[in-house]
Amino acid sequence: MNDRVPKQEVVAARDVKVAFGAVKALDGATLVIQSGECVGLVGHNGAGKSTIVNVINGGLTPQEGAITYGGASADQGITAARASGVRCVFQELSLCPNLTIAENARVMLSDLKGAGWRRRGLALVTRQLAEIFPGHSIDCESVVEDLTIAERQMVEIAISFAAVDARPKLVILDEPTSSLDAGLAAQLMAYVRRFVETGGSVLLISHILGEILSTSDRIVVMKDGKVVADRPAVDFNTRRLVETMGSVVREQGWQRSARTKTGAPVLSVPPLPGASIRLEAFSGEIIGLAGLGGHGQTEALLDLYLAANGNWWPAAEPKMAFVAGDRGLNGTFSLWSILKNLSISSLKGLSNRSVIDTDREKKVSESWRKRIEIRTPDMHNPILSLSGGNQQKVLFARALATTAKIVLMDDPMRGVDVGTKQEVYEILRAEAASGRTFIWYSTEMDEIRLCDRVYVFRDGAIAAELVGDDITEAGVLAASFAGGEAA
Amino acid sequence: MTALTAKPWVWSFAAAILVWVITVLFTGGSSSVGLSQATLTFAAFSVIVGIGQMFVITLGPGNIDLSVPATMTLSGTLALKVMDVQDSMIALGLLIAILVGVAIGIGNYALIKLLRIPPIIATLSMSFIVQSCAIWTNRGLRIKPPETLSDFTTSYSFGVPNVALVALVLSLAAWFLLEKTTYGRWISAIGQSSFAARMAGIPVDGTRFITYVLCAVLAAVAGYLLASFSGGAALNMGAEYLLMSIAVVVIGGTAVAGGNSNVPGIWGASLFMFLVVSMLNTYGFGAGVRLILTGLIIIAVILAAGGRRVAR
Repeated sequence: MNDRVPKQEVVAARDVKVAFGAVKALDGATLVIQSGECVGLVGHNGAGKSTIVNVINGGLTPQEGAITYGGASADQGITAARASGVRCVFQELSLCPNLTIAENARVMLSDLKGAGWRRRGLALVTRQLAEIFPGHSIDCESVVEDLTIAERQMVEIAISFAAVDARPKLVILDEPTSSLDAGLAAQLMAYVRRFVETGGSVLLISHILGEILSTSDRIVVMKDGKVVADRPAVDFNTRRLVETMGSVVREQGWQRSARTKTGAPVLSVPPLPGASIRLEAFSGEIIGLAGLGGHGQTEALLDLYLAANGNWWPAAEPKMAFVAGDRGLNGTFSLWSILKNLSISSLKGLSNRSVIDTDREKKVSESWRKRIEIRTPDMHNPILSLSGGNQQKVLFARALATTAKIVLMDDPMRGVDVGTKQEVYEILRAEAASGRTFIWYSTEMDEIRLCDRVYVFRDGAIAAELVGDDITEAGVLAASFAGGEAA
Repeated sequence: MTALTAKPWVWSFAAAILVWVITVLFTGGSSSVGLSQATLTFAAFSVIVGIGQMFVITLGPGNIDLSVPATMTLSGTLALKVMDVQDSMIALGLLIAILVGVAIGIGNYALIKLLRIPPIIATLSMSFIVQSCAIWTNRGLRIKPPETLSDFTTSYSFGVPNVALVALVLSLAAWFLLEKTTYGRWISAIGQSSFAARMAGIPVDGTRFITYVLCAVLAAVAGYLLASFSGGAALNMGAEYLLMSIAVVVIGGTAVAGGNSNVPGIWGASLFMFLVVSMLNTYGFGAGVRLILTGLIIIAVILAAGGRRVAR
């Protein structure tokens, strides 16, 4: 596919080495991106994907190796990268929440200037959003903090693709669909293809292998800071990709718990006005909350949690635990070590009369480090020294380490690699078998299929309940759209 | 050595020692014992109110208790009135002071929570009410403290002022509370992100409430000791402790943005604050110059500490 037109080199990072202390984030990696191609970049958490992105966009200067933009060995750094038309949508959303969409566009696009930039920025983003996500419902005049996490991601993507004077040459998408539902993700992938066909380049990082396989021209696989494969996408399928990344594909060996609902539900929530289905949960069940992103699933989880946990008096026996999806908002404590982040919800069991038993705390957190494979040499390292996926594992361990019988999960697998997901699914199954109940909001269909029972949300309320073999992508989509306009 | 310089409280102690040396050198070494004892005595009051303020500031942006001076005044006034110069009433007086603190703490948090007033306004309005109560109870009469109590607060054990020993015991208790108990973890978590703290199962309101009460109780105890030390309560006795309580927290290396607190730093900063004033006195500066220099020195210390944190 690559040999038809002589392609121009947009950016090249050759033999790049980056080390953070003793950790080799990049160990002689080479990544060359040409115009008019979409390169898929995959690898486990901590394989070096985010690091190489930071090298390319100029945020990080490698200790060894060369970065060239447009084939010429020119300046380096963020300014040079931006001047060469490199734009980046980060995995951790980077819009300023207190500014409007147009103001954020001004921050990200330095050539949007002069009188009337607000008006032009607004028009630009509106046009671009409509082009990438036709039929979206975002009010382009709103302040970013009023948007849902999916809408923020859409806006950030739109701003990155927007052209003021010059079209961007390379757009780096780091986990762009992590908060988007299937429909929006498909729209984005279609747009990426159109962008590439008109001569632009895209570097696509995603843990959703289907996207990578269907959208990329070429796939680069990274492992332990090195590039282990760089081949046209047609040479890969899911199984080969996962094997190249270094983990063995596990067959979908998931057995839905066959037991019938017995006894009284551990949880029963009356329906909202205007809806008719109660949310009920029985011991040992894994319950999925599905539907399009931002239709009230997160709010439902928060309501459940806040109603069950008192705000004035410590609970004698915590009823529920919560696993955050938006880590920065309601997950991590950024000043703390991994250890303290992990133990905060289970301090009661780790202390005698409120005095913390640090030996026991260390032992328990060490056992979780092994069980859920948190990749760190020392649990006393700061939480922010971990990659995003590993931070997410810590939040998982935090919830599972409690004695709570119900665990609420707010789309926690965002940005977590395939191998880790499989490990966590195993743990979920074991925990459910021992009587724990999970209520799991997920934007990924593969995860919804793992649930025993699924509630599909639409417009803030439960629209349908699916059980057993009815839990299919078609069933969920039908319930998400039924009655309303297909958004 | 790097482990030592990484501790934020080292700097406040270094500054305190430096100023101490400069002052002692000026007087040719004759004043070293007297200066040290006076410093420890006056620093003790700042330490006690500073610890309370530190707990509140740890709760995160916007949390501050401005009712500290009024609390000190009211608790000193009421306790002396109840004790009425009788040695047998000393314990009861302390109890009254603590109760005053508890009541003011409850009042503060009630304003913050029920009326949804920001802490800075709530505690300031509270301090007007409290100060008026103090004026009303005081009514121009100046009651002396019981003799035993007065002797205790002005004398020394093993050459160390008794009030400094009291402050030391309270500091150790505060350090233990912060570092070793679930409550300490909770306030630090709330200071970093109260939403995340809530979702981790922490009773956020209960913890904040206890913290405001704790701060008011410490201020009340400081007022009780200060009134006994200075031979009677005065209506303006708490005035200088408003800024002092905040300054020692900041100079001591506690994060103003919350979540990270530091007990030893309170000591270094309190000693430093008193020493700066005595140094300028020793050098014979007038009151105006002294205040300006004090301000400049505080700014310099904060800048030095802040720059270090950015560099890390």
